[in-house]
Amino acid sequence: MNESSKSAAALACPAPLAPGEIVLLGHGSGGRLTAELVRDLFLPAFDNAALARLDDQAIVSVNGCRLAFTTDSFVVKPLFFPGGDIGSLAVHGTVNDLAMGGAQPLFLSAAFIIEEGFSLQELRRVTASLRQAAKEAGVEVVTGDTKVVERGSGDGLFINTSGIGLVPPGVTLSANQAQPGDRVLLSGPIGDHGMAIMAQREGLEFESAIHSDSAALHGLVQEMLKVTGAIRCMRDPTRGGLASALNEIAEQSQIGIELEESAIPVREQVRGACEILGLDPMYVANEGKLIAIVAPGAANQILQAMRGHPLGGEAQVIGRVGSENPGLVTMRTALGTTRIVDMLAGDQLPRIC
Amino acid sequence: MWAAPCSLPRPAHQTRMKYVDEYRDRRIALTLAGEIARRTTRDWVLMEICGGQTHTIMRYGLDELVPPRIHLVHGPGCPVCVTPLEIIDKAIELASRPEVTLVSYGDMLRVPGSRSDLLQMKAAGSDVRIVYSPMDAVKVAVAEPRRKVVFFAVGFETTAPANAMAVWQARRLGVENFFLLVSHVLVPPAIRLLLRSPHNRVQGLIAPGHVCTVMGYQEYDQLAREFHLPIVVGGFEPVDLLEAVSMLVAQLEDGRAVVENQYARSVTYRGNTAAQQILRLVFEVCDRKWRGIGTIPQSGLRLRPVFASHDAEQAFGLEEISAPEPPECISAQVLQGLKRPTECPAFAGRCTPRNPLGAPMVSTEGACAAYYQYRRQVAPVGRQGNE
Repeated sequence: MNESSKSAAALACPAPLAPGEIVLLGHGSGGRLTAELVRDLFLPAFDNAALARLDDQAIVSVNGCRLAFTTDSFVVKPLFFPGGDIGSLAVHGTVNDLAMGGAQPLFLSAAFIIEEGFSLQELRRVTASLRQAAKEAGVEVVTGDTKVVERGSGDGLFINTSGIGLVPPGVTLSANQAQPGDRVLLSGPIGDHGMAIMAQREGLEFESAIHSDSAALHGLVQEMLKVTGAIRCMRDPTRGGLASALNEIAEQSQIGIELEESAIPVREQVRGACEILGLDPMYVANEGKLIAIVAPGAANQILQAMRGHPLGGEAQVIGRVGSENPGLVTMRTALGTTRIVDMLAGDQLPRIC
Repeated sequence: MWAAPCSLPRPAHQTRMKYVDEYRDRRIALTLAGEIARRTTRDWVLMEICGGQTHTIMRYGLDELVPPRIHLVHGPGCPVCVTPLEIIDKAIELASRPEVTLVSYGDMLRVPGSRSDLLQMKAAGSDVRIVYSPMDAVKVAVAEPRRKVVFFAVGFETTAPANAMAVWQARRLGVENFFLLVSHVLVPPAIRLLLRSPHNRVQGLIAPGHVCTVMGYQEYDQLAREFHLPIVVGGFEPVDLLEAVSMLVAQLEDGRAVVENQYARSVTYRGNTAAQQILRLVFEVCDRKWRGIGTIPQSGLRLRPVFASHDAEQAFGLEEISAPEPPECISAQVLQGLKRPTECPAFAGRCTPRNPLGAPMVSTEGACAAYYQYRRQVAPVGRQGNE
């Protein structure tokens, strides 16, 4: 198929979704519905090699420089939560998407979509937090946009940030590079961000509050890259959680991922909150954790480097890459049996009993 | 009658358990599995009733841990799954009315009716909300008196008392805009139907711990006597279920058939009598259709006439509708333990959680969905789960 006929086909049929179908909340969950929307609607529409990698960031070459480029929108509710707010999150999310490509983040944009009636004092608070987070991450917000929508057309405040970073020579990380024998590393306990938000929303109180893990991970990534070039890919398991991020890697690399349940760290309060609400921490969002798939010989060295960094102190090897069950994530349970860790269709929903 | 659990090493958690790890402990689980293997001299077919127990069995691979002669089959105890299509269609019809706020537990929203589901209705503009308690639905009704707030009251004896309490409170507070769309079902009549079937192969039963927490287990005494069937009231963690299997095997091998209580940290013989009282005050027993099984006499609950003004079916004049099940679905056989989900030709092909043909695939706690989610193509590890 030549270029013109390919684009004509894409324009004619960008979405083999059934007529009459509508967008559900689940299409934004980071699970299978999201993946299908991207695969069936957005990918055919924009069809290019950088996008087709489906990594957290696009890597594009400009005059011999390899740039990482990404964008992310933040619609978190509540806007302020233990451990962060929408402003710091908007920096960390985009910085992390760049960092997962091994890039040094440089510049951000920030677009504010504000609902009529929103408090200027809160907007100042968010902006100050965003500025502080950018300063700490060593990135500058160099361009922006402001839109105000009618009351009822937004939900207080949405923020979009885009980011540009520089990929060092020799660094090529991508979710399609995992190989049998590789090890799966996780930088720390899962589920903190999602459960901090959920606990706040549902009014759950614990002996000590659950704090979001929202943090910029590029410093940790740099320490890991210093050790060795044997890192195949990195992901930050945000919405959809660890399970969804690993499923994406398994599908894109067409390998199987075998996890050890007992090796996956989950804080006690997070587990407690998940038990109460009937949720699985494997699918709960993180905003300051990363997964790295690394060559087996380098795993220990990289693990030590991670543990030497404040954001990787509780890093663990949580599994390995295998050739069986390509495209699937499986788990050896605490009891020694094996099960699938599936990607959910949409959001986890609280159960009846 | 209260029978002491078997004399296996129990974790020292009964009085100082901080969390649930003790009930997921590999060492204790393997000890129990070893005990089951030692006592088993022939094939036994055991059924767990509750979908939560099915979920645990599949999630932790307990069927891999028990010896091959123990056949675990899965009962009709997923409340989401057995809610009939007609009631879901009624909920969808109510949600489509502009004056109605339909309030539900989260997992009912994804369950497909004949043409749509509540998540789709919500996305299309219907006022559909998720709560964790029916009392929250009463609060919505109080806060928004112009809305007609309908709570979708499904589930077994477990959820019924809280729903009864919500209606009771609404009546007490004079909240006239609060309604229940009721599809409650009762466990013992379904078990009786299953055991009376000429095709029945179930030889031992794990009774549902949460249901028995509310109802006690007097009703199960009658079942054990009537069908000479060993019954163990079981919990929901892997160690709970292995211990329940161990107790059932001990009874079967000894030729006993009584009710024993493995889940004694939650269940008493008489149950929660206050909950039973509110249940009797608000609800009365009625015939009820179960998705995948059909109508079972005296197997459901409906609001008593005195609460008719809170009954959504009456208040909104909902008509009886009939929605046939897809003929390809073998859910009736799966829900009676006659076939495994993987024996269905449509399993994981034409029938998936995204496009379920029938009851056991619609909720994560349904037997077919549990097999799909945790097992659909993984080669099992060694049966004892050892390295």
